[in-house]
Amino acid sequence: MSAASSQPWILMAIRRLGNAGVFLLTALGGMRCSFFHAGETMRQIYYIGARSLVIIMMSGFFVGLVMTLQTYDTLTRFGAGDSVSTVLGLALFKELGPVLTAILFAGRAGTAVAAEIGLMRATEQIDALDLMGIDPIERIVQPRLLAGFIAVPILTLVFNFMALLGGVFFAIGMMGIDPLTFWGNMQNSIGLWEDFGTGMFKAVAFGVIASWLAVYFGWTAKPTSEGVAKATTHTVIATAISVLLLDFVLSALML
Amino acid sequence: MDTSSIINPDIPAIRLEGVRMIRSGQLVLDDFNLEVPPGKVTAIMGPSGSGKTTVLKLITGQLKPDAGRIFVGDIDVCELKRNELNAVRRHIGVLLQNGALLTDMTCFDNVALPLREHTELPENLIEKLVLIKLQAVGLRGAAQMYPQQLSGGMVRRVATARALALDPDLMLYDEPFAGLDPISLAATGRLIRQINRVIGITSLVITHDVAEVSKFADYACIMANGKVVACGIPDQLGDDGNEIIHQFLQGLPDGPVPFHYPAPDFEKQLLDNGERK
Repeated sequence: MSAASSQPWILMAIRRLGNAGVFLLTALGGMRCSFFHAGETMRQIYYIGARSLVIIMMSGFFVGLVMTLQTYDTLTRFGAGDSVSTVLGLALFKELGPVLTAILFAGRAGTAVAAEIGLMRATEQIDALDLMGIDPIERIVQPRLLAGFIAVPILTLVFNFMALLGGVFFAIGMMGIDPLTFWGNMQNSIGLWEDFGTGMFKAVAFGVIASWLAVYFGWTAKPTSEGVAKATTHTVIATAISVLLLDFVLSALML
Repeated sequence: MDTSSIINPDIPAIRLEGVRMIRSGQLVLDDFNLEVPPGKVTAIMGPSGSGKTTVLKLITGQLKPDAGRIFVGDIDVCELKRNELNAVRRHIGVLLQNGALLTDMTCFDNVALPLREHTELPENLIEKLVLIKLQAVGLRGAAQMYPQQLSGGMVRRVATARALALDPDLMLYDEPFAGLDPISLAATGRLIRQINRVIGITSLVITHDVAEVSKFADYACIMANGKVVACGIPDQLGDDGNEIIHQFLQGLPDGPVPFHYPAPDFEKQLLDNGERK
C-alpha cells in the first residue's frame, strides 16, 4: 500500500483539491495572447461547445416541457394556472438552466476532454511536446480551459431558450394559455439582473468548475486504459457534486 | 531562438557521472557512468528493464537522478531551471518509442509544429522546410495524412522528421527498431546512419537489437544490473569473455542476467493447494 493511500480520505481529498488549485493557477498564470492560441481556442469551442448543442437543445426543450406540465398541473389546483410562466422562468433562469447545462456539459464534453488529455499522456504525446520545448499546459490545457469558460454560459443561454420554447409549446400551444398573459407574467416577475443575471453568473462559475475539473482529471490520469476510464468517471462525478454544492452556496449568498 | 551548438567537439556530447536512480522503490541505476562521443552514432543495448529508457529520460531532464551529474556538452541538465531546460531541449531531437505524433494534426502540421513554435519563419519557408524533412524520411507523399492512417514504422519516420525539424545537435532514439518488419528495420538503421553522416549530429540509440547495431553504430555500450558493463566498437564487444556480454549477445536465457523475475520456489507454490501468494 502506498503512503498516499494509507492517509485518511479527508487528507487525500484536501491534498487533491490543493493540487487541482495549483494546476488551475499554473494554467491561468501562464496565459498569453497569440494568433495560434485564439485559433486553437476557437477550434476547442467548436469541439466542446458546438458539438454539445444537440444534447443541450433536446434536453432543454424536454425539461421546459415537463416542468411546465408539472407546474401547470399543480398551479391549476389552486386556480393559478396562468402563473406557470413565472415559476418556469424563475426556476429555469436561476437554477435549472445553469445547473443542468453544466452537468450535461460534464457528461458530453468534460468526459471527452478528460479522455483526450488522458490518452495524450498514455501515448506520450504530452511527453513529446515537453521534449520539443513546447509547454504542454499552454498547448493543450489552456485552449480547452478557455473554451469551457466561454462555451458553458453560451450553452446555458441555448438551454434556457429551448426550455422556454418547450414551456411555450405546452402552455400556449397545448393548454391554451393566453400568450400575452404568459409573457406578461414572466416579464413582470423576473428581473433582468437579480434573476437572469444571477443565473448567468452561476453559469460562468459552473463553466470554470466543469472545464477545470475535466482538464485536471485528464492531466492527472494514469497512462493506462483504466486510468483514462477513471478520469472520465471522476470528471462527471466531481463536476456534478461541485456544481450542486456551489449552486447552493451561490444561491444562499445571492438571495 | 539560440542557434549556437550545445555540443563541443572537444568534449563528450553526453556524460553521466556516478548516476544513481531509484524508481518505484527499485534501484534502476547505480554508480552509472557513460560518455557519448560527439559526432558519432552510439548505441546503448541491454535487456528489457535494464534502465535504458531511464537513461534517455535523465539526459532529456524528464527525470532527476537521486545522485550523480548529467552533462549535455558542458551543460549540467540537473541544474537547469524549467525555461533553461526548454531552451536546451530545442537542440535535442528525441524519437520516442511509438513516435508520439499529435493525432489531431496531419503529418505536415506535426513536423511544422516545432518550427511554428520556436521560430519566426514565414509560413511559405516553413512549408518548404517541412517538405525537405519529410522527403528525407521518404514520406513527403504522406504529408496530408493523419498519424492514424499510417503504419507504426511510418509514424516513427514522421516523428524522426519532426525531431529533425529544428536541426538539432543531438538525436536520441528510443527503441527505433521495436516491432518493425525487416525492410523497415534496415531502412531505419540506414536513416539513422545517413542523418549522422549528412548533418554530422551526435546520435544516441537505445535498442536491444544486437544484429542491427553493428550496421549503423560507431560505438555500443551494454547495460545490465544498472551499470554499463561494456563499451566499444560493436563488432569487438564480445571479445573480452565477459559472461553478461556473452549472454546478451547470444540471447541465452540462463546466465548472470536472470530471465525470471524473483519469485518463491515454483514447485512449492504449485503444491501449495492453489493458495495464491
